[in-house]
Amino acid sequence: MVSDRIFGLGIIFVALFYLWSAANIQIGFLSDPVGSRTFPYLIGGIALLCALVFVVRPDPDPVWPRLPTLVRIVAAIAVMYLFSQTLKPLGFIIPAAIASGVLSYLISPRLLASALTGIGLSIGLFIAFNSALGLSLSPFGRLITG
Amino acid sequence: MELFNNLAQGFAVALTLSNLFLAVGGCFLGTIIGSLPGLGPSNGVAILIPLAFTLGLDATEALVLMTSVYYGAMYGGRISSILLNIPGDEPALMTTLDGYPMAKKGRAGDALVLSGVASFVGALLATVGLMLLAPILARIAYLFGPSEYFALYLLAFCTLGGLASRNQAKAALAAMLGLGIAMIGLDNTTGLPRFTYGEMHLMDGVDFLVAIVGLFAVSEVFVFIESHGKNSAIGVTLDKITVPFRDIVRCFPAMLRATGIGFVAGILPGAGASLGSFLAYMAEKSVARDKDSFGTGNPRGVAAPESGNNAAAGGALVPMLTLGVPGSGTTAVLLALLLTLNITPGPLLFEERPEVVWGLIAALLIANFVLLIMNVPMVRLFVTILSVPPGVLLPGIMMVSFAGIYSLSGSAFDLVLMIIFGLLGYLCRKIDVPTVPIILGILLGNKMEDSLRRAMVISDGDWTYLFSSGISVGLWIAAIAGFVAPIFLRPLLKKPAQPGN
Repeated sequence: MVSDRIFGLGIIFVALFYLWSAANIQIGFLSDPVGSRTFPYLIGGIALLCALVFVVRPDPDPVWPRLPTLVRIVAAIAVMYLFSQTLKPLGFIIPAAIASGVLSYLISPRLLASALTGIGLSIGLFIAFNSALGLSLSPFGRLITG
Repeated sequence: MELFNNLAQGFAVALTLSNLFLAVGGCFLGTIIGSLPGLGPSNGVAILIPLAFTLGLDATEALVLMTSVYYGAMYGGRISSILLNIPGDEPALMTTLDGYPMAKKGRAGDALVLSGVASFVGALLATVGLMLLAPILARIAYLFGPSEYFALYLLAFCTLGGLASRNQAKAALAAMLGLGIAMIGLDNTTGLPRFTYGEMHLMDGVDFLVAIVGLFAVSEVFVFIESHGKNSAIGVTLDKITVPFRDIVRCFPAMLRATGIGFVAGILPGAGASLGSFLAYMAEKSVARDKDSFGTGNPRGVAAPESGNNAAAGGALVPMLTLGVPGSGTTAVLLALLLTLNITPGPLLFEERPEVVWGLIAALLIANFVLLIMNVPMVRLFVTILSVPPGVLLPGIMMVSFAGIYSLSGSAFDLVLMIIFGLLGYLCRKIDVPTVPIILGILLGNKMEDSLRRAMVISDGDWTYLFSSGISVGLWIAAIAGFVAPIFLRPLLKKPAQPGN
């Protein structure tokens, strides 16, 4: 009940912001009968209606993960974000080994197995990508130039 | 005669060494993807698309590879349904009902062989159906103007959304999310930016591959972190594999019936393979004299859903190729592949690029025989692969997703966007908002708006033009019925509870 109401309120804000943005779309001077704004208005309007339905008639709550699981999910997001930001400067191998090792630990917490998974996946996939698929990933980025 | 000429041309394309190699490789990869729980046809195909690009494949080759993966995943889904009681992908859910009990009785090998043959019958006949029906539908599609296309897109959202969620408002919201995201970027008509908020990265719009891989693959990682350990069911061991000829002969009529039902369910825009296998199972159960034995390991309860879901997989390619409207989540992903390859599906595809269409059909025919060999005599190999622990599998999926998307654009911005889509996909699954309409919205949003705007240009702003032809009125009625009917049908179509839990 509560989940859907919160979700519905969130969507109402997003939809109102979307409609406001749509109202500010620049219009070309040679416009067609429909124009650039009508379709976004329709989208925002229908989304607003749907959100009102959630607030008025919410579904039963799903089972939300408990705090330890939530922490693990947030950690996974953080790891993925760091991976996306370090891929360019540090190359594939080191960030991939760390990211997949940590993720593996988050899924099944065994230290040695996760470390081996990380290193194995990183080197194995790098070789597969670079030799078999011809993906041009840099192994070490700007750490080693030459 | 024309059909045979076309088919001969298709085989000339498909039987080159590189295409054969891609078909075999695709079938192999696909069967693995299908059999691994947590990696279904739509996310499997999604994470492989970026790789297909970096391989530098041309349009036909990429299509041959990806549709082989698609068919392979449909075959493979049954393996973990039967052995672990966990569907390898959603359409294989119905196979758990009788497949797992059959395996528990010590007939795991028989169940695997029987369902492999059933998959073959369903997929092969559906490919023949595709071959016969697609050119006819392509001819009808010539009659479609912008107002008919607008109604057709609407129909796809309504039927897909109507069936995908238990709550119509949530399905509609999912479609609006997708359409709303599609509006980001330069307006096709005026060339002016919309919803970009001055961010340069958004000028080209949101790349649908980023959205698809995020929603389907990255979200899976979060789901697994939440459910870690819980999903490991007690497996059944597989002893000798023999061919149960008596069962195959006795189930053959059931396979044919299921193929017919599945194929029709697949053609309906939005319905897809899950509905195909569901209807095939329920139909078989209702005509059977031994109703009570369904759910306890009846061989026909294994054969029917497998023929049904594989036939639906073939059927779903019909509207995707002829009209550009995908019939299921996975065909939506295949549509994304076509669009990225600059191939516009539709009637013109059959006229202008016959080598693509017929090469694809020939490749599918070949793929079916390859898959029969892989899934019957070689099934033990895939059973071994099933034992890859999620702690290795999921990080692997994530790395392939990231490397694939990064190799396409080289931009960290797209990777961050992909993580956001992953999180969105996870939240949507928690609160029962279906993700397939989001994908469909992102894919079809601009086309839908364009067809509306062109219709209004033709009619000079008269909105009644949208309902001016018989075809479009029919499509509107079908769309409304497809959206509203599930509300009333839902109590009748309750899925039977999974046994053994």
